Amino acid sequence: MPNVMELKEITKIYGTKIQTQVLFGINLAFEEGSFNSIIGQSGSGKSTLLNILGSLDRPTAGDIIINGKNTKSLSSKELSDLRNESIGFIFQFHYLLPEFTALENVLMPYRISKKPITKEVLDYANELLDIVGLTKVKNNLAINMSGGQQQRVAIARSLMNNPKIILADEPTGNLDSDSTEQVYELLRKINHQFGTTFIIITHDRHIAEKADRIVEIKDGRINLDITKANA
Amino acid sequence: MKLAFSIAVRFLKSGKIQTWFIILGIAIGVSVQVFIGSLISGLQKSLVDKTIGNSSQITITVPSGEYMDDYSQIISNLSSNVEGIEVYTPTITARGTLLEGTDTSPVVMRGFTFETANQIYNFEEKITEGRMPNSINEIVLGIGFKESLNIELNDQLTFDVPTIGTTNVIVVGFFDFKVQAINTAWAITTLNTVQTALGVGDVVDSIESQIEDGLIFDAVEIAALVQTQFVNNGEGSPEVSNWIDNNEELLSGLQGQSISSIMIQVFVMISVVLAIASVLAIIVMQKSRQIGILKAMGIQNLDASLIFLFEGLILGLLGAIFGVALGLGLSYSFTTFALKADGTPVVPLFIDPGFIALSAAIAVTAALGASLIPARKSSKLSVIEVIRNA
Ligand SMILES: Nc1ncnc2c1ncn2[C@@H]1O[C@H](COP(=O)(O)OP(=O)(O)OP(=O)(O)O)[C@@H](O)[C@H]1O
Ligand SMILES: [Mg+2]
Repeated sequence: MPNVMELKEITKIYGTKIQTQVLFGINLAFEEGSFNSIIGQSGSGKSTLLNILGSLDRPTAGDIIINGKNTKSLSSKELSDLRNESIGFIFQFHYLLPEFTALENVLMPYRISKKPITKEVLDYANELLDIVGLTKVKNNLAINMSGGQQQRVAIARSLMNNPKIILADEPTGNLDSDSTEQVYELLRKINHQFGTTFIIITHDRHIAEKADRIVEIKDGRINLDITKANA
Repeated sequence: MKLAFSIAVRFLKSGKIQTWFIILGIAIGVSVQVFIGSLISGLQKSLVDKTIGNSSQITITVPSGEYMDDYSQIISNLSSNVEGIEVYTPTITARGTLLEGTDTSPVVMRGFTFETANQIYNFEEKITEGRMPNSINEIVLGIGFKESLNIELNDQLTFDVPTIGTTNVIVVGFFDFKVQAINTAWAITTLNTVQTALGVGDVVDSIESQIEDGLIFDAVEIAALVQTQFVNNGEGSPEVSNWIDNNEELLSGLQGQSISSIMIQVFVMISVVLAIASVLAIIVMQKSRQIGILKAMGIQNLDASLIFLFEGLILGLLGAIFGVALGLGLSYSFTTFALKADGTPVVPLFIDPGFIALSAAIAVTAALGASLIPARKSSKLSVIEVIRNA
């Protein structure tokens, strides 16, 4: 399988006066359709890494290649388009737009792409809401939904534009263990069904072990990188 | 555009109270603007009207002792060659003394052709007693003479013009111009009466006129046009005067009023702009999380800033609409409820649709301008800041 994402010698230093180096020359590549987990202690640099992967943050040095394109050479408009088309985000703290309904939140990435909303598109959004089990509450404002429901809306939203890659930062961080299990079943299902690449940060070793590959970050370096034989 | 607009609408709807407060703020600003503007232009209009409404606005005079004998020819010539003048009327004036028994009073005896003179002076409306003169030697006097000469209607008086002679006249009416100087000095009569008293033929010493309604402030230019007619005809140039040159004080007063009106309006607008700008700045802060999410999903910086420009536009438009309605309502109730004893409004208002449209346009522009800073902020907002500071 070809790589959809590649990091080359990524370093990240925060601050100018007091400098904190968080990432030290990270080299990583993710295969298309793979299901990856990133683990590591709090403060080890996982979120920093993921945000750089998703082009939300810029590295201090190093190259990021997404879909074969080096993001260094892209303008901010091209980066926005790349994010819109190729990457779906699921954040730890749901990050829905509270002013919009569940369905509207799911449709938002599509609307940002400025393509007309056809019946097929609407059907697809409804189907996604159905997959995450929210058909009944799809017209509720995001602000009026429970934490688990919001998280599932965020998952449906991340799938809306059929992105090649989904980046998730502790997507089940504040869900109970049953809900956590359900969400992972869902992500796995999507991975199999659509061939979407997943890169998921998690604290939960149990969950991490279900992934095809586990990358452990320690103090800004890759400490461990295990790929399961059968993946 | 559509996306930014619908997000803007949703943001405004989600903070209804806040939204209505800003709209109210803009509306109050606009209504003050509309009300004060209408009030001040109303005041100015009525002041100008009172001052020059019933007097000659452009006057053609010959030097004292000289007369115009071809005045009908001059008037018809001016009527066809000069635009912007509504009516001309020929007049002749004799200064002398009125005598009633032992009482005497100086008088300015003014001969008119009433057909046209009425269009300037509205004599009919000013008659308080009696009627207008309609044959030779009938005069109408200012009510001030009633006391000074102790006379009544139909009294016979002697009119004495120094070095020329005396004429017997009969008082057929009294007028009240509401101006002391005229009420105690003028006698109004036919051209014929004054011509006879002066012992001259069918001549006049001046031609008075009134300018068309919308053009009164162009009096200087129109007067200049009138003047050129005389040069062209080689008539030995009579003097052409206009009300503007004769009323410098009034005009500088009006100008002062206009400037202070503009100042008030400028400050009202500045405070509206500041209010909108600060509220919108707060809204950007409140919505920075949403902007961050939208940016993570790939919204363009331009669209992110358009959201706030649209908010400004919507707030400005609604504020302007409500403001104009409020301002007109205020003006209307002012003219309807604040009345003098005779039923006319205490303060006359002049409602100028052009001015109102301008006020509304300024408010919308100001709201748009005020939203530029928040729009820029929104465009510059970095996703990572928002994501990290959850
Ligand atoms: N803006 C910043 N300025 C300075 N230091 C920062 C900044 N953001 C993060 N850091 C530091 O970088 C390090 C890595 O942070 P990061 O958020 O990537 O950790 P993490 O592995 O995601 O931790 P957690 O599991 O708690 O989410 C931490 O020590 C943090 O304090
Ligand atoms: Mg983290």
